[in-house]
Amino acid sequence: MKILVCITNVPDTTSKITFTDSDTRLNKNGVQFIIGPYDDYALARAVELKEQTGGSLTVLHVGEADAEPQIRKALAIGADDAVRVNAEPLDSYFTAVQIAHIAKQESYDLILMGRESIDYNSGVVHGLVGEMLGIGSYSPVMKLDISGNKVTIAREIESGKEILTASLPLVLGCQEPIADWKIPNMRGIMTARTKPLKVVEPVSVDEMTVPQSYAQPAPKGACKMIPASEASTLIRLLQTEAKIL
Amino acid sequence: MSVLIYIELDNGSIKKTSLETVAYGAKVAAQTGGKAIVLAIGKADSGELEKAGDFGAEKVLHASDEKLAHENSMAYADLLVQAAETTQSKIIVLPKSGLGDAMAARAAAKLKAGIVSGVTALPETQGSFNVTRSIFTGKAFATVEIKSDIKILVVKKNAIELDESSVGTVKATVEIFTPSLRDTDFEATVVEVEKASGEVSLTEADIIVSGGRGMKGPENWQPLLDLANALGAATGCSKPVSDLDWRPHHEHIGQTGIKVAPNLYIACGISGAIQHLAGVNGSKCIVVINKDPEAPFFKAADYGIVGDVFEILPKLTEAVKAIK
Ligand SMILES: Cc1cc2nc3c(=O)[nH]c(=O)nc-3n(C[C@H](O)[C@H](O)[C@H](O)COP(=O)(O)OP(=O)(O)OC[C@H]3O[C@@H](n4cnc5c(N)ncnc54)[C@H](O)[C@@H]3O)c2cc1C
Repeated sequence: MKILVCITNVPDTTSKITFTDSDTRLNKNGVQFIIGPYDDYALARAVELKEQTGGSLTVLHVGEADAEPQIRKALAIGADDAVRVNAEPLDSYFTAVQIAHIAKQESYDLILMGRESIDYNSGVVHGLVGEMLGIGSYSPVMKLDISGNKVTIAREIESGKEILTASLPLVLGCQEPIADWKIPNMRGIMTARTKPLKVVEPVSVDEMTVPQSYAQPAPKGACKMIPASEASTLIRLLQTEAKIL
Repeated sequence: MSVLIYIELDNGSIKKTSLETVAYGAKVAAQTGGKAIVLAIGKADSGELEKAGDFGAEKVLHASDEKLAHENSMAYADLLVQAAETTQSKIIVLPKSGLGDAMAARAAAKLKAGIVSGVTALPETQGSFNVTRSIFTGKAFATVEIKSDIKILVVKKNAIELDESSVGTVKATVEIFTPSLRDTDFEATVVEVEKASGEVSLTEADIIVSGGRGMKGPENWQPLLDLANALGAATGCSKPVSDLDWRPHHEHIGQTGIKVAPNLYIACGISGAIQHLAGVNGSKCIVVINKDPEAPFFKAADYGIVGDVFEILPKLTEAVKAIK
């Protein structure tokens, strides 16, 4: 089985987000970048499936060269090779076209990615890629089992879950608890250095959306403290002052 | 030129977030000089669908084929595209949800449309078409220009204030919509659906009472559930709580869980790690109960009580019952 895992390169979850250049660019100063947490789940499950069924595992990243440490980390975790599409991914549509273009050349059986990236939170790339390839897409997938060509998926739906069976090829957006995140070991880190990382140029795409500017939320006012002995006052304040109850 | 608005149904009723989507779409239609037309998929009676008129929709297209009973983003996206073509809509509006995003994505690829998900305010439509969206899980906003001819907006809860003053006065016309269904959209088989019954859904909820590791164990959840019951609230939890199986995974709120935007979020024994805050920063009012006065959550709160949750929760429940 040929598996493709798409990873994002995003600020670590604890990062404070600020902007530069008159609020037109993310301030990357002092920000630590990581593989998107949901993509890490996809990668972890892909490594297990590869071990189970044999076959190959490629990681794909649409982004600039500064993501290479994260791509190497994915190789250290267990991918065989990597492709980087050399372009700044500013729009889901653009990203999806690049992924679909690579996927078409190699016909993967399974394309996994996170349910959403934690920078833009769009959660639309799997659907776009699925449609562009003319294959099924499901998200968010919490459990994935494969037997031959048959796939069993547990997917989160509002206040519950849905279990479905489908056939490969598929595009899936993943989330916990599909697998435990894997930490690269020393041997993985050593071999990752010699695994192939191919850099390709993007295919051209009509401009769909263009970011204009960024802003931070308004600062929060001070918290009103209520003594524990008068806890019930809270309910009155929520009713009369905040006018919520 | 029309604006096509997809609405989600829950047991035959229009979800509250979808009523917001209708109001949002109708305002965009007014701004751009078009009609607001709604697409509803699934079982619902006309009386319920007519309610879309209260928030500015003229017409509701209703598709209720038995094959569409299960949420199916691929078939639903096909219908959305067919409805957009029939109504000649160049702007499509959907509510932000797992289904909304998935439908929007498949439809965008079919229509070669620019898609912006997580929209938080009405667009600027003078000259270029600009929308503001939430990014970095609520830690920032981006203003994005949509350049494509067809535009798809996936709208977050609370992007618009619902004006209830015309409720019950205007009815939308309901038309049966018979799309052509493709077999390829129905290749997967739904084996089982497990839905927690009778629960207020987190993404729809106006009030959420949420518990963290400070609740000490699943056996201690009753006082929290009592308060939630008294308030008619949904219940949520922090990530360690769902990781430990104290509460089901679909209650997990935060950066890697569900993003919520209630009017009132009450956090009980949750420290307020940045990853948890990222999922709740859309809330209008935050109450924090924590025995540690240094808990970071207090910095994000509107009201705070330093104390033991097990002493405070019953007092709050009593106070709520007293005012109801
Ligand atoms: C990549 C990544 C993603 C993450 N995503 C999420 C996410 O989506 N959602 C999420 O929640 N977390 C997430 N986390 C975890 C997050 O960092 C915190 O570990 C988590 O939110 C802590 O949960 P907690 O506040 O319940 O527990 P703790 O941090 O253990 O805090 C418990 C709190 O309860 C208080 N307390 C204890 N006893 C009492 C009592 N009797 N009465 C009152 N207060 C009491 C304590 O003072 C303490 O503040 C993520 C972490 C990472 C690394």
